[in-house]
Amino acid sequence: MTGLVVVLAIIGVVIVAGIGIYNGLITLRNRADNAWAQVDVQLRRRYDLIPNLVETVKGYAKHEREVFQKVTEARAQAINAGTVGEQGQAENMLSGALKSLFAVAENYPDLKANQNFLMLQEELAGTEGKIAYARQFYNDTVMKFNTKQQVFPSNMIANMFGFKEKEYFEIEEPEAKEPVKVEF
Amino acid sequence: MYEQITRNKWRSFFLILFFLCLIFALSWAFGELTGWGTEGLIIAVVIAVAMTFGSYYASDKIVLAISRARPVKKEDYPYLYNVVEGLAIAAGLPKPRCYVIDDTAPNAFASGRNPENSVIVVTTGLLQKLNRAELEGVIAHEMSHIKNYDVLVQTLAVVMVGVVALLSDWTLRTFFWGGGRRRSRDRSGGGGNAAAIFIVVALVLAILSPLVAQLLRLAISRKREFLADANGALLTRYPPGLASALKKLSADREPLEAANKATAHLYIVNPLKDFKGKVNKLFSTHPPIEERIAALEKM
Repeated sequence: MTGLVVVLAIIGVVIVAGIGIYNGLITLRNRADNAWAQVDVQLRRRYDLIPNLVETVKGYAKHEREVFQKVTEARAQAINAGTVGEQGQAENMLSGALKSLFAVAENYPDLKANQNFLMLQEELAGTEGKIAYARQFYNDTVMKFNTKQQVFPSNMIANMFGFKEKEYFEIEEPEAKEPVKVEF
Repeated sequence: MYEQITRNKWRSFFLILFFLCLIFALSWAFGELTGWGTEGLIIAVVIAVAMTFGSYYASDKIVLAISRARPVKKEDYPYLYNVVEGLAIAAGLPKPRCYVIDDTAPNAFASGRNPENSVIVVTTGLLQKLNRAELEGVIAHEMSHIKNYDVLVQTLAVVMVGVVALLSDWTLRTFFWGGGRRRSRDRSGGGGNAAAIFIVVALVLAILSPLVAQLLRLAISRKREFLADANGALLTRYPPGLASALKKLSADREPLEAANKATAHLYIVNPLKDFKGKVNKLFSTHPPIEERIAALEKM
């Protein structure tokens, strides 16, 4: 009689532990998905800031059409990017275009003193930082999920229920890794 | 980085464990003398928790009031605001409320019972004297305190000090003034030598334990500081930022007017005095800055 009870108890413990592991995997996976979506939130914030910035600079530097065009085009491309690789490349081009814009603004002392412009400049710098931090956080959550997906004993549950390893955010395109050229 | 984080986590865990053993030893001693060991322990815990609960629960509001900090508006300090928001994203925490203290002494602290009710406070001196990388290092350190629930850990340590203080006080009182059931029994019964040894051990424990408890609390505080340094470096992925900030802060030894002994342990560097010398080091809430810089440079 006791033998049966012991066996049932052991089975019960294993099942409870298994449920715990499964739920842990779900939680970590959802955190990683959420972190990925949060990167988009920051990217969107950058896209929203840019038209404002362009208008402010146009007020002082009407003749620099080329730069404005580059920025507007790069922004449109980034918004419409498809795969992760495309987006990374488009983002890099947008950063380059913005750098050109700020370099041009250096020639207009009235613009540099404009409070609105300074505020936008700081906002953009802050947003670039937040995009980087959001990507870093995404990679951190992916690391936690992948670790749990791979270590024993949770790897057994992971394989049983089809939890796949997640990809880190990486710059895939070699062009995106090169230093950005600032041209006037 | 990861090794230092794991090491400091284990060390603070073992310090707390040792603290608990001390408490149980003391309540055993109390029990030996009076026969009310378990009750004494329970009452001491209840009293210590009651005394500390208010200050823990409202820790964010209390420190703000004591330090005369004023809230930060995004328009006034956009740079600070963006740094805090960015690091909160990196840590996966809700953004803490930001405050400044008007003082040229550079320093910073964080408080709050949990991440949802947390605050980060910096002095205007800090904002003026540190560059971007250094400020990010300092804020990352403070953010790590919030993430590690260090206010809770410190409160736990303070409660345990309180329990030890109460139990040792009662033990000594009972011994000198009588009142325990067990003592008269031991006197009249046999086994006199064993009883005498018990009593000596209990006395030594009762006399020394408050001091040991304070040392343990301070040791825990120092380990949590190292842990916050390491976690902060993990947030920024740039240990030299915080190392450089600490170097600047140690060079600027102007005392912070708004700080006092009650709040000193919360600040990133000891705002009152930097303790040098081996014995003094044991009584400091913060590790010596040279050791913190050395640990960061090893990462």
